[in-house]
Amino acid sequence: MERHFDDELQLLHKDILKMGALAQEAIYKSVEALKIRDKSAAEEVIKGDSEIDRLEVDIDEKCIDLIARHQPLASDLRFITTGMKVNSELERIADLAVDISQRVLELADKPLLKPLIDIPKLSTVSQDMVRDAIDSFIKKDAGLAKKVVLSDSEADKLRNYVQNELVNDYMAKDASTADRAVPLLLVARHLERICDHATNIAEDVVYMVEARIIKHHTEKLE
Amino acid sequence: MDNQAKIKAENINFFYGKAQALKDINLGMHANEVTAIIGPSGCGKSTFIRILNLMYELIPNARLSGRIFLDGENILGSNIDPVDIRKRVGMVFQKPNPFPKSIFENISYGLEVNGIRDKNFIEEKVIESLKKAALWGEVKGRLRDSALRLSGGQQQRLCIARCLAVEPEVILFDEPCASLDPISTGKIEELILELKKYYTIVIVTHNMQQAARVSDKTAFFLLGELVEIGNTKEMFTAPKDKKTEAYITGRFG
Repeated sequence: MERHFDDELQLLHKDILKMGALAQEAIYKSVEALKIRDKSAAEEVIKGDSEIDRLEVDIDEKCIDLIARHQPLASDLRFITTGMKVNSELERIADLAVDISQRVLELADKPLLKPLIDIPKLSTVSQDMVRDAIDSFIKKDAGLAKKVVLSDSEADKLRNYVQNELVNDYMAKDASTADRAVPLLLVARHLERICDHATNIAEDVVYMVEARIIKHHTEKLE
Repeated sequence: MDNQAKIKAENINFFYGKAQALKDINLGMHANEVTAIIGPSGCGKSTFIRILNLMYELIPNARLSGRIFLDGENILGSNIDPVDIRKRVGMVFQKPNPFPKSIFENISYGLEVNGIRDKNFIEEKVIESLKKAALWGEVKGRLRDSALRLSGGQQQRLCIARCLAVEPEVILFDEPCASLDPISTGKIEELILELKKYYTIVIVTHNMQQAARVSDKTAFFLLGELVEIGNTKEMFTAPKDKKTEAYITGRFG
């Protein structure tokens, strides 16, 4: 049977898709701004965050309204509660893109400390994870979501490389490099946090599709 | 089979004339639990609970096979007194049906027909039943008033008190809140949650949220078959059967 409720769920779906696109764009722009030391691109990301904040509130209100009016059950309930969680994760991801952009502003006028190698790798991993996490939600694809969860260790590994290099090869040897090394260290940290949020989205998607909570238990992936 | 069940249906088949209303139902209902039975109109859920207290016997051309165990004893056996079973397995109906008598007499009547003559005992039992049914506070000053002057929600609680007075073990509720407003419904639901501490409760309801709020187990009936029985929490978040999912999300039909 066709339900009017399905049209409302479809609108929610669209909004979350839009939120995902905006968050992905924010990460992409902030990472590109870092690579080419583009202050105006970084400022654009910072400015653009208010639209994402507004959309987050809109989506939350939509979810609360759907719960209040329809008292959804089963797969409808799992979709809406997951949508609410995915919404906050995406908003946090966009905030981290803002954090990266602020680091870009700190670094832009200073000479480059070193050529960036692992940070671009980490940014690729984080963008892939966010893209796949959003795709898994849109397509209700638990297999893809599980792949995202498993990618998180790669992000942790890259973050550790960056951290060890900046601390041991630069800051420990020459304290004057700290004002350029610390922002880079933070960028790596922000990117790694983005991966954590992508992982959270993916775990929520597994719940939405399979009604199984795998959070904090990666052994439940199989 | 479920040997821990207080009351248990085994291979129940039921016919109204040639039409089969229940198909091979196996379902156990446990003490101190609320079992909700949900399903679209005509799925056999009311028929099923009417079999549990032998009320099907009153239906012309009805035919039944299978067994119903109450505390392990088959109550469909020929040596069973249905009146005795209906005392042990009480029923509360959709529409409150108090007798056109006083509040007091509505409850004392059941005791008197059971041969109890001790007036003090009867009075104590009336008060105790009204208290258990969460009605005492509202009627204590007017026990001799006609029951028909009570509100719908109060009448329904009076019917519950009447059922409790004869000390049942199982209470069957057939859509007990269908004709009540949300406040009265809330009171009945609170009462059901309180009563489950002492009784085995089975409730037929069309209200999905009501089943979700009050029951521990939920059984979904469709076209005379038991499609799925499970913990209520799982049935309403992640039902196993696609038909259950379609029904509770309103995609059915």
